[in-house]
Amino acid sequence: MPTISFQHVGKTYSGAHGAVKALDDVSFDIEPGEFFGLLGPNGAGKTTLISILAGLARASSGTVRVLGHDVVTDYAQARRSLGIVPQELVFDPFFSVREALRIQGGYFGVRADARANDAWIDELLAHLGLSDKADANMRQLSGGMKRRVLVALALVHRPPVIVLDEPTAGVDVELRQTLWQFIARLNKEGHTVLLTTHYLEEAEALCGRIAMLKQGRVVALDRTSALLAGTASTMLRFKMDAALPASLAGQSRVTGRIVQITAHDAHEVETILGVLRNAGCQPEDLEIGRADLEDVFIEIMNGPPRAIGPVKVAA
Amino acid sequence: MNSASLLAGSGTLLYKEVLRFWKVSVQTVAAPVLTAILYLLIFGHVLEDHVKVFGSIGYTSFLIPGLVMMSVLQNAFANSSSSLIQSKITGNLVFLLVAPLSHWAWFLAYVGASVVRGLAVGTGVMLATFWFAPLPFAQPLWVLVFGVAGAALMGALGLIAGLWAEKFDQIAAFQNFIIMPMTFLSGVFYSVGSLPPFWKGVSHLNPFFYMIDGFRYGFFGVSDVSPWTGLVVVGASLLVVCGLCLRLLKIGYKIRH
Repeated sequence: MPTISFQHVGKTYSGAHGAVKALDDVSFDIEPGEFFGLLGPNGAGKTTLISILAGLARASSGTVRVLGHDVVTDYAQARRSLGIVPQELVFDPFFSVREALRIQGGYFGVRADARANDAWIDELLAHLGLSDKADANMRQLSGGMKRRVLVALALVHRPPVIVLDEPTAGVDVELRQTLWQFIARLNKEGHTVLLTTHYLEEAEALCGRIAMLKQGRVVALDRTSALLAGTASTMLRFKMDAALPASLAGQSRVTGRIVQITAHDAHEVETILGVLRNAGCQPEDLEIGRADLEDVFIEIMNGPPRAIGPVKVAA
Repeated sequence: MNSASLLAGSGTLLYKEVLRFWKVSVQTVAAPVLTAILYLLIFGHVLEDHVKVFGSIGYTSFLIPGLVMMSVLQNAFANSSSSLIQSKITGNLVFLLVAPLSHWAWFLAYVGASVVRGLAVGTGVMLATFWFAPLPFAQPLWVLVFGVAGAALMGALGLIAGLWAEKFDQIAAFQNFIIMPMTFLSGVFYSVGSLPPFWKGVSHLNPFFYMIDGFRYGFFGVSDVSPWTGLVVVGASLLVVCGLCLRLLKIGYKIRH
């Protein structure tokens, strides 16, 4: 049984300017113990999909199950299995960190008044570097610390599935490392992790499998290594003052004077260099290296719809 | 889903809601008690020597139960409505939305906390005004019945307002243009029996009148209408408002998109 199963999930929002299709027939499964990445540009539907999983939004069509429990008809069991770290930096200003954690545990059936969960709360606080802030009011914490509390709140009821919706947006490097070490440890201990992030290097380093969403549809779904191997695997990097020939624009990233162009093989590298030479361009500091997930992402997002890798569909 | 599942987590949410208002009790309990004392001092001073109600009851004695019940109703409404709108606007409602809480659990916790705050403020007003005039407590059970039913009705109404509103302004409008006029025109400061027939008839359409009148019956054993009539009206209103509230919570009205 898959840990999370999305089957033909669609979501249409009706607004002042007519209906907007946020998700269109999204189907894939996440298996037990996976560290799964959900990537896509802004507006691709990542947060909508997570919201439907968490019960914050309702699908217009299709079904979502967590450990076999339907998120609508058996929402209590489904939600008990999930620990959601929301994207927004939200907090309740009335409570201290420990109070907030006890209360959140209580919603999931851990008694808030009995302090029975305090050993686990102390462990969470220690792992997230919050031990000395346990009795501080949430308002007194920095943004990075509030983000850590959000992670602790998601884990306080010991869920088998952890969902992180862009958890490192706007946080410093130290916190990112602390957070990923902790989440990676939980994943090793058997927790299934679903991550959405804009930091593609994080997804590449952590996720065993990745789905990419574009305009509400799954446009790529495969093991991370297969995605890297199956698309452009070589990258040309150089500096140049002149404008890039139009024929190369679709497969390139330009940051100031720095140009990065992806290629599938040596033959394509030669072709690209030929195009540059014929256009009179003079690349400086030319380097050729391995493409990373960001290059794969750009190629997929700019390209036509692809045949999607093995998608498990529940019978 | 069995009853245990329906109620799971409700106790914690009730505890959190009570803790929330208690942490700012100067604002949520002491301030409304002070307001009620000011009403009593001003109206009692002006009217004590000029008005007798129900034949022999002094105006200050008559006014105290009305002020107590008005404080109960207004604070019960304020508790659920302000808590929910704050959570919606600051975004921390997400902590509740991701939890396995049923619509019954939400309802019982928010309404329960409203009843606790309403009764806390009502008790505070009663204790603070105890010295101003004698209160006989003729039928204390009616005091309890109308106090709890009124607070529950207003807590549920506040929950509906909190679900519906998208801005603090809308909650303020609900309070200023619906709750406040209906409370003031319900016989807190006067006996509806003293009004001209037309306004008396209009007052009898106001459910708040029955809450105040029934509550006052518990103190003096006399009222404008029978407490049983009041109980039927308040009970029916409570059922309608609670039914609507539970329905809105079940469909996730304006909170699950």
